[in-house]
Amino acid sequence: MTKKRKVTFPHFGDYCVPIEYLMRQGLDMDYVTPPPMSKRTLELGSKYSPDYVCAPFKIHLGCYIEAIEKGADTLLQTGGVCRLGFYGELHEQILRDLGYQVDFINLAMANYSKPYTFYREFKKINPDLSLPKVSGALLTTIRMVESMDAADDYIRRNIGFEQEEGAFDRLRADFLNSLALVESQKELRYLAGNYMKRFKAIPVLKPKRPLRVGVVGEYYSVMDPFSNHYIEREMAKMGAVVARWMNISNSLFHYPKKEIQARIRGYARYNMGATSMATIERALRFAKKGYDGIIHIKSFGCTPETDAMPVLQNISADYKIPILYFSFDSQTADAGIQTRLEAFYDMMTMRKGAAATG
Amino acid sequence: MNKAYLGIDIGSISTKGVIIDGQNRILASEYLWTEGNPVQAVKKLLLSLRGKFDPASYAVTAVGATGSARRLIGVITRATEVKNEITAHAVGTTTLYPEVRTIFEIGGQDSKIILVENGVVVDYAMNTLCAAGTGSFLASQSRRLGVAVEDFGRIALTSQNPTPIAARCTVFAESDLVHKAQIGHSREDIIAGLCKAVVTNYLNNVGKGKKIVGPIVFQGGVSKNVGVTKAFEAATGLPVIVDPNGHLTGAFGVAVIVGRKGAERPFDFGLAEMEFVTKGTNCDGCANHCEIIRVYQNGELLDAWGNKCEKGVSRTR
Repeated sequence: MTKKRKVTFPHFGDYCVPIEYLMRQGLDMDYVTPPPMSKRTLELGSKYSPDYVCAPFKIHLGCYIEAIEKGADTLLQTGGVCRLGFYGELHEQILRDLGYQVDFINLAMANYSKPYTFYREFKKINPDLSLPKVSGALLTTIRMVESMDAADDYIRRNIGFEQEEGAFDRLRADFLNSLALVESQKELRYLAGNYMKRFKAIPVLKPKRPLRVGVVGEYYSVMDPFSNHYIEREMAKMGAVVARWMNISNSLFHYPKKEIQARIRGYARYNMGATSMATIERALRFAKKGYDGIIHIKSFGCTPETDAMPVLQNISADYKIPILYFSFDSQTADAGIQTRLEAFYDMMTMRKGAAATG
Repeated sequence: MNKAYLGIDIGSISTKGVIIDGQNRILASEYLWTEGNPVQAVKKLLLSLRGKFDPASYAVTAVGATGSARRLIGVITRATEVKNEITAHAVGTTTLYPEVRTIFEIGGQDSKIILVENGVVVDYAMNTLCAAGTGSFLASQSRRLGVAVEDFGRIALTSQNPTPIAARCTVFAESDLVHKAQIGHSREDIIAGLCKAVVTNYLNNVGKGKKIVGPIVFQGGVSKNVGVTKAFEAATGLPVIVDPNGHLTGAFGVAVIVGRKGAERPFDFGLAEMEFVTKGTNCDGCANHCEIIRVYQNGELLDAWGNKCEKGVSRTR
């Protein structure tokens, strides 16, 4: 029996909670949660990354280093359908050059259409792995992610109208803490249902026709609030319903690839990779549903999302819906972001006011 | 006694102030350099404005602040409105030109485009991480050429054959400019080429994907450069309006907003003689080390900001 592995995965919103569950319950490894992301994470990551690589790469590298400092000895990286597919190898190389003695589980080596190959990758690190145990834990992990995504969807739409400042944030923190203690799928089901009821019981005061903003964009930057300077929250707090489809549940577990391609045929016929098609499809849907505005989020230099932008401009012109574009690198100043968000909010308010009276 | 509203626009390069009456008429205005010290600039601004209007018939009943230092100056002047500069510019321009459809705005550090339909802003865009094609770029190139930036426009108009200059990026533009000067292009052709490069850069970046419809109003400090205005007219094929008070639009706009909202708060020009100190510290609460700014008036804490969580809030010291 070898010593228990201490595995880590970079922060990604709050998905560290289900990932920890999978590692502990399914793979029988210890999990090291990286310290909360901070300027130091960004500085460390940027210092050792190629300058022109996208921000998620830098953030991941910073998280790895901080997790190694906390005792992690095995690093997990996923595969992906853009440059992300090469990240694991490059991270491993950089960390080795820096002298860190760690193991890497690089899921880019696995084949997404053959789930068994994932098992093979993990087995390299833990030969005692049990397939039934992994499968059972994986199922619970998926359910956990779904329950988090459902809660967050509700929160985004309502937090801007909470009567008691901080009510949603407090309950959400509570929810995540409870999820971290879950041991079975049955327990999870009860917990998720119970918390959802409590989220819905938080008093909100919504106007009859509130401003509605749809958020689209690149996988990591759109789902990770630290990376996008908590933009959804800032927007919601000004008094808006914020909607976002892109999350792990929708993109990994229930991705309607064929429907998406069909729905956007008039705007894009060839897949431009990664999240670009989902971005276009959701933007179109928000436009058709009469949303007041769309926010597009990407990391600086993200090619698939850069390719999606001209299409978004066409949608914006056809449906007369304003789109605000953000491109994030490792900058930390919030002032420029705040200015643009405020102006966007003012503009949507004035447009809505003019539409109502005119 | 009639009500008057003070609008202050504190940009990175210049500080603007306007006092208007209830009919949006300008009673007094001032324009000066920020010189990296917004508090000092606003004090100077207030001293100057105080002498420019008739205190026997008008009293300032509310203040509005806009521009990149709006938060700081809003606290110091006890502003009733602290508004982002995009909204302030849009309101200012649509008040003066209700028919306007497109607003070009090029300032010292940033540039934006605002699209208007029936007096309502329907879309806008702002330059992103880079200051290419803005006023500070023109200012630095003017020093290189040994010409006052204020003379740029006049000189540009004398050119028959503007030198093509790479417009995409400031660094490329600068090396292109040096190269063109060394191979013998005349100074007026280079200056005209620079004005054209600013316009090309603007239309390709900020104006990308936007449908430009007249009437067009061009404002911000760079609108004082007639060479750039002419280049805009050539590129769009439309007449471009430059208001003589175009550099004051942000301050004017925020004053109009203050007047419309109607909230009042006593204002005293004596602020200009008070002592304001700002202190920046790094919070040690966690690894994020938020930069917290505290503003003191005569030694007393007025406000503090910059922390990302509750831990960092300290309004006591």
